[in-house]
Amino acid sequence: MSQKPREGKRSQVEYLDARSGEGTAGALEELHKQLLLLPPYRWLCSAIAGSGISPRGLLISTPYIWLLLFFLAPFLIVLKISFSEYAISQPPYTALFELVDDIYVQIKLNLENYQLLFEDDLYWRAYLNSVKIAGISTILTLMVGYPLAYGMTRAPQRWRLALLMLVILPFWTSFLIRVYAWIGILKKEGLLNLLLINLGIIDQPLTIMNTDTAVYIGIIYSYLPFMVLPLYASLEKMDDTLLEAAADLGSRPIKTFWQITFRLSLPGVIAGCFLVFIPALGEFVIPDLLGGSGTLMIGKTLWAEFFSNRDWPLSSAVAVVLLLILVIPIVAFQKLQEKDKAA
Amino acid sequence: MKFLTKSVLAAAFLAGSGAQVWGADEVVNVYNWSDYIDESILEDFQKETGIEVVYDVFDSNDILETKLLAGGTGYDVVVPSGAFLARQVQAGVFQPLDKSKLSNMKNMWDVITQRTAVFDPDNAYSINYMWGTTGIGYNVKKVAERMPDAPVDSWKLIFDPEILSKFADCGVFMLDASDEMVPAALNYIGEDPDSNDPKVIAKAEAVLMAVRPYIQKFHSSEYINALANGDICIAVGWSGDVLQARDRAAEADNGVEVNYSTPVEGALMWFDQMAIPKDAPHAENAHKFIDFIMRPDVMAKASNYVYFANGNLASQELLDEDVIGDTAIYPTEAALKTLYIKNPYPPKVQRKVTRLWTKMKSSQ
Repeated sequence: MSQKPREGKRSQVEYLDARSGEGTAGALEELHKQLLLLPPYRWLCSAIAGSGISPRGLLISTPYIWLLLFFLAPFLIVLKISFSEYAISQPPYTALFELVDDIYVQIKLNLENYQLLFEDDLYWRAYLNSVKIAGISTILTLMVGYPLAYGMTRAPQRWRLALLMLVILPFWTSFLIRVYAWIGILKKEGLLNLLLINLGIIDQPLTIMNTDTAVYIGIIYSYLPFMVLPLYASLEKMDDTLLEAAADLGSRPIKTFWQITFRLSLPGVIAGCFLVFIPALGEFVIPDLLGGSGTLMIGKTLWAEFFSNRDWPLSSAVAVVLLLILVIPIVAFQKLQEKDKAA
Repeated sequence: MKFLTKSVLAAAFLAGSGAQVWGADEVVNVYNWSDYIDESILEDFQKETGIEVVYDVFDSNDILETKLLAGGTGYDVVVPSGAFLARQVQAGVFQPLDKSKLSNMKNMWDVITQRTAVFDPDNAYSINYMWGTTGIGYNVKKVAERMPDAPVDSWKLIFDPEILSKFADCGVFMLDASDEMVPAALNYIGEDPDSNDPKVIAKAEAVLMAVRPYIQKFHSSEYINALANGDICIAVGWSGDVLQARDRAAEADNGVEVNYSTPVEGALMWFDQMAIPKDAPHAENAHKFIDFIMRPDVMAKASNYVYFANGNLASQELLDEDVIGDTAIYPTEAALKTLYIKNPYPPKVQRKVTRLWTKMKSSQ
């Protein structure tokens, strides 16, 4: 029964998509005109005028150029370093390409760094522990964030903007300072222990600081807005009449929530989870400040390789593997979604 | 308008490279440890020479080395410690000092220059700024409460699990520096602290593992505050830092008494050396700055302020009594003989040491 309204919603979205498609060319043209007012863009346009690239093509390719410059190029540099060998020199690694007899380019690939990653269980334990910590914190953040976002969309319209501001407000303070503040709250003589002891709930101060628990608290606190904002966006768009229809048809509130509200908010849930999981996986500052010496996370391992061992090639290899660990589930997820769409 | 665009571009470029003013000639860019100089020295230098000192600070050798190895720092004078300096010299980071421009070289103390020559043969690339030891800082009252006859002047206090366990509840910090703590553990069991033999180094693991449960935190600067506030009982730390904690506690008059001891078994002696990067934009001014620092009155002023010993013999008669007379800063002749130095680990061994350190820290 509840399938029907969903289909209705989808076709409506498709209709909107189709309509906006017609306007794309016009909108691009408009954007191009606006951008021409900016000198750099104008120069770029005149520079490519003779090369057969249309300004429209340039505009469309901007995100790709951006990715190429700021994602692919640094990645290739890191990849290149990961295949070189540690050396006491400036920079501290061997060259990958060497010109022999002025004509041959000799490439020396050193796979030892990757081999070491597999041989030494330290790296695997650090990777797995990072996945575990990031995974658990993502789920916990979702559990905290969902009711928050849901409550915000249910609040009267005039409050919503203020509530949204409150979620964003912490960003006005430096991230580092906010994490430092948690040290003051969580330490043995900290505010939390003081409060709990004065309320008579505990009589011995809890040891939270310098443990994994503190890391979880830090991650959930820091990344909560990244979870709430996409959730709020997808929940706010929801058509309330669907809920009324479900109620009319005799669905109980809990069932309605699962089958309609939650399912319709899935894109928001997924976006929020990715936004939390990905940065949490490589997190360095939070485990370093709040975690104990025993908290093993890949971000800290990477730091130690880079700064304490001064082994740029190995730390580059760690970074490349970290990226692969992140990219594989994302690509798999996209494939799954495409299949879903096709079905 | 054009001028504005230009300077904005220049500013953006400089922000990226993490350096300072380039264009003007009358500048020297100094990169030194935090809390490590009497700032009036910089003003005096500027008054005398007309060269502006752009002073920037760091708090770990690792950060400095990473910047130096990446190159193009824009710094004219940097201050790495001995073993780090040795590796950086090997990597070709520095330019040899032009000793004809360093008239105050004669003031240096041969006791120190002999030792620093181990890291920098002939002292060709560097001069000593300060030196000190890695020993034990402790809260006098709290330690005595828990163990009246505590061996505060011995590494037993740290490396004997039975003794250290008595202080676990009160807080024990250790430097997060594997290349200082592994030699200390080896020295304690009678092995050569300067050993690069993996089999010998492996023995340090058992020593450190045995006391690991009683160590609250591994950190290289937090112990200054923790000791001064009376939050912890014991910290393995650097001499001058512990003495700073002692003075802060005395100033705060909070009933905390901090003391520093150089263990009788011997302790690591470290040296912070001033050197000039190869790509220094103002090498000429850097020489002038280093020569100025080597003046006895200037060096004495610096030591009187930071409570570290310096490598300048001529400055000693100008030192305050509570600096030159304090054996925690200037050890006695006999104590000086027990101090050892550590050469840099070869890369493969370095990885083993770091690995041992990580393993030890993460086991609980």
